[in-house]
Amino acid sequence: MKNHGTNHIHVPPENGPVAPRRSRWEQSWRLMKKNRLALLGLVIFVLFFVLALTGVWLTSGTKPSIDPSLVRLPEKLRPPLSTPTLEVLRPEQIPALGIYLLGTDELGRDVFARMLQGAWVSLTVGFVAVGISVLVGILMGGLSGYYGERMVRVNLVLVFFFFLVGTGFLTSGNLVLGAALCFIALALAALSRRKTLHRHPYFRFLFAGTFSVDTLIMRFVDIMLCFPSFFLILTVVALLPPSIYNIMIVIGLTSWEGTARFVRAEFLSLREQDFVTAARALGVNDMRIIFRHMIPNAIAPVLVSATIGIAGAILTEAGLSFLGFGVPPPHATWGNILSDGKRFIFDAPWLTFVPGFAILIVVLSFNLFGEGLRDILNPKLRERY
Amino acid sequence: MDILLSVQDLKVYFRGDETVARALDGVSYDVRKGETVCLVGESGCGKTVSALAILALIPRPPGEIAGGKILFHGKNLLDLGEEEMQKIRGSQIAMVFQEPMTSLNPVFTVGDQIKEAILVHESIGQAELHERCLQLLRDVGIPSPEERIKDYPHQLSGGQRQRVMIAMALGCNPDLVIADEPTTALDVTIQKQILNLFAKLQRKRGMSLLYITHDLNVVSNIADRIYVMYAGVIVEQGQRSAILKDSRHPYTQGLLASLPHRSKRGGTLHSIPGTVPDPAFKPRGCPFHPRCGYAIETCRVEFPGLCDYGDGHLSRCPVLYGRRDNHENTKE
Repeated sequence: MKNHGTNHIHVPPENGPVAPRRSRWEQSWRLMKKNRLALLGLVIFVLFFVLALTGVWLTSGTKPSIDPSLVRLPEKLRPPLSTPTLEVLRPEQIPALGIYLLGTDELGRDVFARMLQGAWVSLTVGFVAVGISVLVGILMGGLSGYYGERMVRVNLVLVFFFFLVGTGFLTSGNLVLGAALCFIALALAALSRRKTLHRHPYFRFLFAGTFSVDTLIMRFVDIMLCFPSFFLILTVVALLPPSIYNIMIVIGLTSWEGTARFVRAEFLSLREQDFVTAARALGVNDMRIIFRHMIPNAIAPVLVSATIGIAGAILTEAGLSFLGFGVPPPHATWGNILSDGKRFIFDAPWLTFVPGFAILIVVLSFNLFGEGLRDILNPKLRERY
Repeated sequence: MDILLSVQDLKVYFRGDETVARALDGVSYDVRKGETVCLVGESGCGKTVSALAILALIPRPPGEIAGGKILFHGKNLLDLGEEEMQKIRGSQIAMVFQEPMTSLNPVFTVGDQIKEAILVHESIGQAELHERCLQLLRDVGIPSPEERIKDYPHQLSGGQRQRVMIAMALGCNPDLVIADEPTTALDVTIQKQILNLFAKLQRKRGMSLLYITHDLNVVSNIADRIYVMYAGVIVEQGQRSAILKDSRHPYTQGLLASLPHRSKRGGTLHSIPGTVPDPAFKPRGCPFHPRCGYAIETCRVEFPGLCDYGDGHLSRCPVLYGRRDNHENTKE
């Protein structure tokens, strides 16, 4: 491995011929091209992205060119590629393409238009939810990996405890007790900053260590993982007002544990690396070491798991919509098209198969792309080409 | 000459569950301005710990500075807080590490890393920064720096990486460079180049160099003064010629005798019997006595004091000091 920088070991004469140098992106692209399936995944992903964007453009606004919510009762459950019966439709009801590309549903709405509208929802749910989960995961994993051995002191636990109970009383209406507890918490926090207290015989116990940061965070991760997350999401979504953003946030906040574990593991090994010590010896501070030196080194597995996580989030959203907890109607998503269609599965199989296949293909493409990305980001494979 | 760095009776302990490893057990040494000082010793004798201690990079816990002073420009570094230390690291005291392969961050270009080393301490414009970075690369002898500046560490050879590390260390014109076995991981030919580079840079910039190594060949090339360490204590110190030609400590003599000589081709290489004691279970008395051919009963109980041979040549072996008048040839 060490000396594969082939053309740079023997220093060429100043103006002599030098082998062409490739940038990081070029190298990545070459690796990508070798992996046909990953390339396919990428192409489908890009297509899907473009489709979703045009879908938003075509189906939104007051007079959309393709209206997903236009009801044409006489034209219900028409199979894909059928031509509209022009006699029963008003001119504005005729689909923009001239045919029902993917058929119509039980209200005569154009499934193609609804699929287009739903594509954007799936995409944003995937990206935003995974974005949230990756951010939380990196933060938690990074703290746990880098500061893991630090102890949480008694005073912090007490402050937190009083504050929690205090706010609990405040919200439940017991204002005096709540305010008193919050005040104790604040006073304790302020007192803890006094250096002299550290050696005081009665108050020294406040600064004794209880448990490590690592224990705190990783046991919390374990607890989160113990919940069957789909049912947790169901419960939370049932309690919150139905909205696409709530779903994104809830999916994001229930799926960060894997990322946190990844990042923690990476940080534990990176922390001991020489280049981290070298950076510290140059006077680089902790935050800069974490964000500039360690996270870029730890990001590869996170990116891979994120790509696969996007597929998972799309599936979760589809599942929620299928169960009727997802995006509120009349907005279409792939999940609720599927769920509405299941009642007509024998009469109108396209209502279930079209969104089903769409989900299958998109999720599959994300997974393939994710695996390809793992190969690309692996520096051991990189240098060979 | 002015004393730049003065380590006085430094004690660094590492606490285990039941044991305390005394990695440094009262080490004192000075580095003067513009001088090259070598710390010599076997693996595990505390050389690296003493370097890390200067920069306050000892992991705490389990490490702990149990006593002593580190005076740099007359100021005790042990009294400084983390933020003040960060200002000193890199800008006034820089360090070059042993493994050039792993001491560079694999995801950034060489240029980015050198620039960062400067930017941490100084705020200068991009153009000037770039120019300074190129100049540093030229100074450390990297050919066509305009090209190399865009390279990632894995594209460079070991020697070039070590040169980059040196360039990073020199980024802010430090007064003191600590080099922790910078040539150990390199080929002999590259070693020589790096040593010459150090010598050249030192002449040019007038900085002090604290060079940590186990390789006496290297020492004989560059050192002004030498400190020989064993099991967390300095056992002998003095000018280069005094240590190399007229060593007065059995350990140093053993090290010197272990060097392969071209003249003694075919003979068996000398080696010091035994190994460095576990820092958690050091022998009583002189730490070297279990391996020492001169050991007498006193060595087992009494920690040896420093014996003065004049001209700064001190040795922690009263046995040899007692024999100094009638010693005909202490070197075997």
